[in-house]
Amino acid sequence: MHELSLAQHLLDLALEHAARAGADRITRLNLVVGELAPVEPSCLSFYWDHIAADTAAAGSSVEVRRLPLRLLCQGCNQVFEPASENWSCPKCSSDRVRLQGGDECYLEAIDVEVDKRAEAPA
Amino acid sequence: MTQRVVVAEKILKANDELAAENRARLEDAGVFSLNLMASPGAGKTSLVERTVAGLADRLQVAVIDGDLATSLDADRAAAAGARAVQINTNGQCHLDANMVGHGLDALDLSGVDLLIIENVGNLVCPVEFALGAHRNVLIASVPEGDDKPYKYPGSYRGMDVVVLNKIDLLPHVRFDVDRFRHGVEVLNPGVRILEVSCTTGEGLPAWLAWISEQAEAHRVSSDERRARR
Repeated sequence: MHELSLAQHLLDLALEHAARAGADRITRLNLVVGELAPVEPSCLSFYWDHIAADTAAAGSSVEVRRLPLRLLCQGCNQVFEPASENWSCPKCSSDRVRLQGGDECYLEAIDVEVDKRAEAPA
Repeated sequence: MTQRVVVAEKILKANDELAAENRARLEDAGVFSLNLMASPGAGKTSLVERTVAGLADRLQVAVIDGDLATSLDADRAAAAGARAVQINTNGQCHLDANMVGHGLDALDLSGVDLLIIENVGNLVCPVEFALGAHRNVLIASVPEGDDKPYKYPGSYRGMDVVVLNKIDLLPHVRFDVDRFRHGVEVLNPGVRILEVSCTTGEGLPAWLAWISEQAEAHRVSSDERRARR
Protein backbone atom coordinates (compact mmCIF):
# COMPACT_ATOMS: atom_id res chain seq x y z
CA MET A 1 0.00 0.00 0.00
CA HIS A 2 3.00 2.30 0.45
CA GLU A 3 4.44 1.44 -2.96
CA LEU A 4 3.44 4.88 -4.24
CA SER A 5 5.72 6.62 -1.76
CA LEU A 6 8.42 4.02 -2.41
CA ALA A 7 8.15 4.76 -6.14
CA GLN A 8 8.59 8.47 -5.48
CA HIS A 9 11.67 7.87 -3.34
CA LEU A 10 13.03 5.49 -5.96
CA LEU A 11 12.60 8.06 -8.71
CA ASP A 12 14.42 10.76 -6.76
CA LEU A 13 17.30 8.39 -6.04
CA ALA A 14 17.56 7.10 -9.62
CA LEU A 15 17.43 10.59 -11.19
CA GLU A 16 20.09 11.82 -8.78
CA HIS A 17 22.49 9.04 -9.78
CA ALA A 18 21.67 9.32 -13.50
CA ALA A 19 22.44 13.05 -13.44
CA ARG A 20 25.68 12.44 -11.61
CA ALA A 21 26.70 9.94 -14.30
CA GLY A 22 25.85 12.40 -17.07
CA ALA A 23 23.17 10.07 -18.42
CA ASP A 24 20.31 11.17 -20.67
CA ARG A 25 17.91 8.32 -19.99
CA ILE A 26 17.32 5.58 -17.48
CA THR A 27 16.26 2.32 -19.11
CA ARG A 28 16.15 -0.03 -16.16
CA LEU A 29 16.32 -0.06 -12.36
CA ASN A 30 17.79 -3.04 -10.55
CA LEU A 31 16.36 -3.43 -7.06
CA VAL A 32 17.20 -5.92 -4.36
CA VAL A 33 14.31 -6.66 -2.02
CA GLY A 34 14.39 -9.21 0.78
CA GLU A 35 11.38 -11.33 1.66
CA LEU A 36 10.90 -9.36 4.88
CA ALA A 37 10.61 -6.01 3.14
CA PRO A 38 6.96 -5.23 2.46
CA VAL A 39 7.31 -4.37 -1.22
CA GLU A 40 5.06 -5.86 -3.86
CA PRO A 41 6.92 -5.66 -7.21
CA SER A 42 3.88 -5.65 -9.49
CA CYS A 43 2.30 -2.88 -7.41
CA LEU A 44 5.54 -0.90 -7.53
CA SER A 45 5.74 -1.29 -11.33
CA PHE A 46 2.17 -0.08 -11.67
CA TYR A 47 2.92 3.18 -9.85
CA TRP A 48 6.32 3.44 -11.50
CA ASP A 49 4.90 3.97 -14.98
CA HIS A 50 2.89 6.96 -13.73
CA ILE A 51 5.56 8.43 -11.46
CA ALA A 52 8.36 8.16 -14.04
CA ALA A 53 6.36 9.62 -16.94
CA ASP A 54 7.83 12.90 -18.26
CA THR A 55 11.15 12.29 -16.52
CA ALA A 56 14.47 10.85 -17.72
CA ALA A 57 13.22 7.52 -16.40
CA ALA A 58 10.07 7.44 -18.55
CA GLY A 59 9.48 3.99 -20.02
CA SER A 60 12.12 2.33 -17.86
CA SER A 61 11.57 -1.09 -16.34
CA VAL A 62 11.91 -2.05 -12.69
CA GLU A 63 13.61 -5.38 -12.13
CA VAL A 64 13.38 -6.78 -8.63
CA ARG A 65 15.75 -9.45 -7.35
CA ARG A 66 14.05 -11.07 -4.34
CA LEU A 67 16.16 -12.53 -1.57
CA PRO A 68 14.70 -15.14 0.77
CA LEU A 69 14.54 -15.03 4.57
CA ARG A 70 17.78 -16.59 5.84
CA LEU A 71 18.36 -17.77 9.38
CA LEU A 72 21.67 -18.69 11.02
CA CYS A 73 21.80 -21.58 13.48
CA GLN A 74 23.96 -20.62 16.46
CA GLY A 75 24.43 -24.27 17.34
CA CYS A 76 26.00 -25.55 14.12
CA ASN A 77 26.39 -22.35 12.00
CA GLN A 78 24.09 -23.69 9.31
CA VAL A 79 22.42 -20.94 7.26
CA PHE A 80 18.98 -22.00 6.07
CA GLU A 81 15.77 -20.75 4.53
CA PRO A 82 13.01 -21.75 6.92
CA ALA A 83 9.85 -23.53 5.94
CA SER A 84 7.10 -21.00 6.58
CA GLU A 85 6.47 -21.36 10.30
CA ASN A 86 9.18 -23.74 11.43
CA TRP A 87 12.28 -21.80 12.43
CA SER A 88 14.27 -24.68 13.92
CA CYS A 89 17.58 -25.64 12.29
CA PRO A 90 16.96 -28.38 9.70
CA LYS A 91 20.41 -29.86 10.35
CA CYS A 92 20.65 -30.04 14.17
CA SER A 93 17.06 -29.10 15.18
CA SER A 94 18.31 -26.30 17.45
CA ASP A 95 15.96 -23.42 18.29
CA ARG A 96 18.86 -21.02 18.81
CA VAL A 97 18.65 -19.23 15.48
CA ARG A 98 19.24 -15.63 14.44
CA LEU A 99 18.24 -13.58 11.43
CA GLN A 100 20.97 -13.65 8.79
CA GLY A 101 19.26 -11.80 5.95
CA GLY A 102 16.07 -11.09 4.10
CA ASP A 103 15.40 -7.48 5.12
CA GLU A 104 17.28 -5.90 2.20
CA CYS A 105 15.62 -3.03 0.32
CA TYR A 106 17.98 -1.10 -1.91
CA LEU A 107 18.65 0.14 -5.42
CA GLU A 108 21.62 -1.88 -6.64
CA ALA A 109 22.21 -0.18 -9.99
CA ILE A 110 20.56 1.68 -12.84
CA ASP A 111 21.04 1.06 -16.56
CA VAL A 112 21.35 4.35 -18.40
CA GLU A 113 21.90 5.67 -21.91
CA VAL A 114 24.27 8.49 -22.74
CA ASP A 115 23.73 10.28 -26.04
CA LYS A 116 26.83 10.90 -28.09
CA ARG A 117 27.42 14.65 -28.16
CA ALA A 118 29.30 16.68 -30.70
CA GLU A 119 32.54 17.92 -29.23
CA ALA A 120 32.09 21.47 -28.10
CA PRO A 121 34.34 23.85 -30.02
CA ALA A 122 37.46 24.73 -28.04
CA MET B 1 24.97 3.25 -25.60
CA THR B 2 23.76 1.61 -22.41
CA GLN B 3 25.85 1.49 -19.30
CA ARG B 4 25.30 0.34 -15.76
CA VAL B 5 25.68 2.79 -12.90
CA VAL B 6 26.17 1.24 -9.48
CA VAL B 7 23.96 2.91 -6.86
CA ALA B 8 23.84 0.56 -3.85
CA GLU B 9 21.70 2.88 -1.73
CA LYS B 10 18.61 2.21 0.32
CA ILE B 11 15.44 3.21 -1.49
CA LEU B 12 14.33 5.22 1.50
CA LYS B 13 17.61 7.11 1.87
CA ALA B 14 15.84 10.48 1.71
CA ASN B 15 13.44 9.42 4.46
CA ASP B 16 16.37 8.19 6.56
CA GLU B 17 18.05 11.59 6.20
CA LEU B 18 14.92 13.40 7.38
CA ALA B 19 14.65 10.93 10.26
CA ALA B 20 18.19 11.87 11.28
CA GLU B 21 17.13 15.56 11.26
CA ASN B 22 14.16 14.75 13.50
CA ARG B 23 16.49 12.89 15.84
CA ALA B 24 18.83 15.89 15.99
CA ARG B 25 15.91 18.20 16.86
CA LEU B 26 14.81 15.86 19.64
CA GLU B 27 18.36 15.65 20.93
CA ASP B 28 18.65 19.44 20.98
CA ALA B 29 15.41 19.66 22.95
CA GLY B 30 16.53 16.92 25.36
CA VAL B 31 13.53 14.75 24.49
CA PHE B 32 13.54 10.94 24.57
CA SER B 33 11.21 9.41 21.97
CA LEU B 34 9.35 6.23 21.09
CA ASN B 35 7.83 5.09 17.77
CA LEU B 36 4.80 3.01 18.69
CA MET B 37 3.60 0.59 16.00
CA ALA B 38 0.85 -2.03 15.87
CA SER B 39 -2.03 -3.34 13.83
CA PRO B 40 -5.39 -1.58 14.31
CA GLY B 41 -7.01 -2.52 17.59
CA ALA B 42 -3.89 -3.88 19.32
CA GLY B 43 -4.18 -1.16 21.95
CA LYS B 44 -1.82 1.64 20.91
CA THR B 45 -4.00 4.48 22.15
CA SER B 46 -4.94 2.61 25.33
CA LEU B 47 -1.25 2.11 26.06
CA VAL B 48 -0.60 5.81 25.35
CA GLU B 49 -3.35 6.79 27.81
CA ARG B 50 -2.00 4.43 30.46
CA THR B 51 1.55 5.66 29.87
CA VAL B 52 0.73 9.38 30.04
CA ALA B 53 -1.32 8.90 33.22
CA GLY B 54 1.19 6.49 34.77
CA LEU B 55 4.17 8.79 34.22
CA ALA B 56 2.40 12.08 35.03
CA ASP B 57 4.26 12.50 38.33
CA ARG B 58 7.65 11.79 36.72
CA LEU B 59 7.70 12.94 33.09
CA GLN B 60 6.08 15.54 30.88
CA VAL B 61 4.82 13.59 27.88
CA ALA B 62 4.00 14.79 24.36
CA VAL B 63 2.25 12.69 21.71
CA ILE B 64 2.26 12.85 17.93
CA ASP B 65 -0.68 10.84 16.67
CA GLY B 66 -0.78 9.50 13.14
CA ASP B 67 -4.10 8.49 11.64
CA LEU B 68 -5.76 8.31 8.25
CA ALA B 69 -8.35 10.88 9.39
CA THR B 70 -9.97 12.25 12.59
CA SER B 71 -8.30 13.48 15.77
CA LEU B 72 -9.89 10.87 18.06
CA ASP B 73 -6.56 9.44 19.21
CA ALA B 74 -4.88 12.80 19.87
CA ASP B 75 -8.00 13.85 21.81
CA ARG B 76 -7.66 10.78 24.01
CA ALA B 77 -3.94 11.43 24.57
CA ALA B 78 -4.68 15.08 25.44
CA ALA B 79 -7.47 14.06 27.81
CA ALA B 80 -4.97 11.80 29.58
CA GLY B 81 -2.73 14.84 30.14
CA ALA B 82 -0.31 14.88 27.20
CA ARG B 83 0.60 17.71 24.89
CA ALA B 84 -0.78 16.16 21.69
CA VAL B 85 -0.84 16.91 17.98
CA GLN B 86 -2.65 14.94 15.31
CA ILE B 87 -1.22 14.20 11.89
CA ASN B 88 -3.77 13.07 9.34
CA THR B 89 -2.07 11.06 6.62
CA ASN B 90 -5.09 11.33 4.31
CA GLY B 91 -5.09 7.66 3.45
CA GLN B 92 -1.36 7.07 3.56
CA CYS B 93 -0.79 3.83 5.46
CA HIS B 94 2.15 4.97 7.61
CA LEU B 95 3.89 8.00 9.08
CA ASP B 96 7.12 9.06 7.41
CA ALA B 97 9.93 11.25 8.68
CA ASN B 98 8.65 14.29 6.79
CA MET B 99 5.22 14.16 8.45
CA VAL B 100 6.80 13.75 11.87
CA GLY B 101 8.95 16.80 11.11
CA HIS B 102 5.74 18.78 10.59
CA GLY B 103 4.39 17.31 13.82
CA LEU B 104 7.49 18.57 15.63
CA ASP B 105 6.92 22.03 14.10
CA ALA B 106 3.45 22.09 15.66
CA LEU B 107 4.58 20.89 19.07
CA ASP B 108 6.05 22.98 21.87
CA LEU B 109 8.84 20.71 23.13
CA SER B 110 9.97 22.95 25.98
CA GLY B 111 9.86 21.00 29.21
CA VAL B 112 8.92 17.79 27.43
CA ASP B 113 10.81 14.68 28.62
CA LEU B 114 9.18 12.00 26.49
CA LEU B 115 7.66 12.07 23.00
CA ILE B 116 5.47 9.16 21.96
CA ILE B 117 4.81 8.89 18.23
CA GLU B 118 1.72 6.76 17.73
CA ASN B 119 1.96 5.40 14.20
CA VAL B 120 -0.94 4.58 11.87
CA GLY B 121 -2.61 1.27 12.78
CA ASN B 122 -0.92 -1.08 10.32
CA LEU B 123 1.37 -4.05 10.92
CA VAL B 124 3.10 -3.95 7.54
CA CYS B 125 4.18 -0.53 6.28
CA PRO B 126 5.25 1.70 9.23
CA VAL B 127 8.32 -0.35 10.11
CA GLU B 128 9.95 0.51 6.76
CA PHE B 129 9.88 4.25 7.43
CA ALA B 130 12.32 5.48 10.07
CA LEU B 131 10.98 8.51 11.96
CA GLY B 132 14.00 9.45 14.06
CA ALA B 133 12.65 8.07 17.33
CA HIS B 134 15.12 6.69 19.85
CA ARG B 135 13.35 3.35 20.33
CA ASN B 136 10.96 1.28 18.23
CA VAL B 137 8.12 -0.40 20.07
CA LEU B 138 5.69 -2.91 18.62
CA ILE B 139 2.45 -3.72 20.41
CA ALA B 140 1.10 -7.18 19.73
CA SER B 141 -2.11 -8.41 21.29
CA VAL B 142 -3.24 -11.84 22.37
CA PRO B 143 -6.30 -12.06 20.06
CA GLU B 144 -4.03 -11.56 17.02
CA GLY B 145 -2.48 -14.98 17.63
CA ASP B 146 0.95 -16.34 18.55
CA ASP B 147 1.95 -16.90 14.91
CA LYS B 148 2.33 -13.23 13.97
CA PRO B 149 6.16 -13.03 14.28
CA TYR B 150 6.35 -15.95 11.83
CA LYS B 151 3.74 -14.61 9.43
CA TYR B 152 4.85 -10.96 9.53
CA PRO B 153 8.58 -11.29 10.28
CA GLY B 154 9.37 -7.99 8.54
CA SER B 155 7.04 -6.14 10.92
CA TYR B 156 8.63 -7.65 13.99
CA ARG B 157 12.15 -6.82 12.82
CA GLY B 158 14.08 -3.87 14.27
CA MET B 159 12.13 -3.60 17.54
CA ASP B 160 13.69 -2.62 20.86
CA VAL B 161 10.62 -3.62 22.84
CA VAL B 162 7.63 -5.78 22.02
CA VAL B 163 4.63 -5.23 24.27
CA LEU B 164 2.22 -8.15 24.37
CA ASN B 165 -1.11 -6.55 25.29
CA LYS B 166 -4.45 -8.01 26.40
CA ILE B 167 -2.90 -10.82 28.46
CA ASP B 168 -6.12 -10.81 30.51
CA LEU B 169 -7.56 -12.71 27.54
CA LEU B 170 -4.99 -15.55 27.69
CA PRO B 171 -7.39 -17.93 29.53
CA HIS B 172 -9.93 -17.50 26.73
CA VAL B 173 -7.73 -17.61 23.61
CA ARG B 174 -5.37 -20.25 22.24
CA PHE B 175 -2.04 -18.41 22.48
CA ASP B 176 1.33 -20.06 23.18
CA VAL B 177 3.41 -17.33 24.84
CA ASP B 178 6.68 -19.29 24.44
CA ARG B 179 6.13 -19.77 20.71
CA PHE B 180 5.41 -16.06 20.34
CA ARG B 181 8.50 -15.08 22.36
CA HIS B 182 10.77 -17.38 20.37
CA GLY B 183 9.77 -15.83 17.05
CA VAL B 184 10.26 -12.29 18.39
CA GLU B 185 13.68 -13.13 19.85
CA VAL B 186 14.97 -14.71 16.62
CA LEU B 187 14.17 -11.49 14.76
CA ASN B 188 15.40 -9.14 17.51
CA PRO B 189 18.27 -10.50 19.56
CA GLY B 190 18.24 -8.83 22.99
CA VAL B 191 14.69 -7.52 22.61
CA ARG B 192 12.64 -6.89 25.73
CA ILE B 193 9.20 -8.51 25.69
CA LEU B 194 6.70 -7.09 28.18
CA GLU B 195 3.38 -8.79 28.87
CA VAL B 196 0.68 -6.31 29.86
CA SER B 197 -3.03 -5.69 30.04
CA CYS B 198 -4.19 -2.12 29.53
CA THR B 199 -7.58 -3.22 30.85
CA THR B 200 -6.50 -4.67 34.21
CA GLY B 201 -3.19 -2.80 34.51
CA GLU B 202 -1.23 -6.03 34.93
CA GLY B 203 2.39 -5.72 33.74
CA LEU B 204 2.18 -1.95 33.22
CA PRO B 205 4.60 -1.09 36.07
CA ALA B 206 7.40 -2.90 34.18
CA TRP B 207 6.59 -0.95 31.00
CA LEU B 208 6.54 2.38 32.86
CA ALA B 209 9.76 1.48 34.67
CA TRP B 210 11.44 0.66 31.35
CA ILE B 211 10.47 4.04 29.87
CA SER B 212 11.59 5.91 33.01
CA GLU B 213 14.96 4.14 32.95
CA GLN B 214 15.46 4.83 29.26
CA ALA B 215 14.42 8.48 29.56
CA GLU B 216 16.65 8.98 32.57
CA ALA B 217 19.66 7.36 30.84
CA HIS B 218 19.00 9.57 27.84
CA ARG B 219 18.80 12.68 29.99
CA VAL B 220 22.10 11.87 31.71
CA SER B 221 23.90 11.24 28.42
CA SER B 222 22.55 14.43 26.81
CA ASP B 223 23.56 16.46 29.88
CA GLU B 224 27.06 15.01 29.59
CA ARG B 225 27.18 15.83 25.88
CA ARG B 226 26.14 19.41 26.59
CA ALA B 227 28.71 19.75 29.36
CA ARG B 228 31.47 18.67 26.96
CA ARG B 229 30.55 21.33 24.41
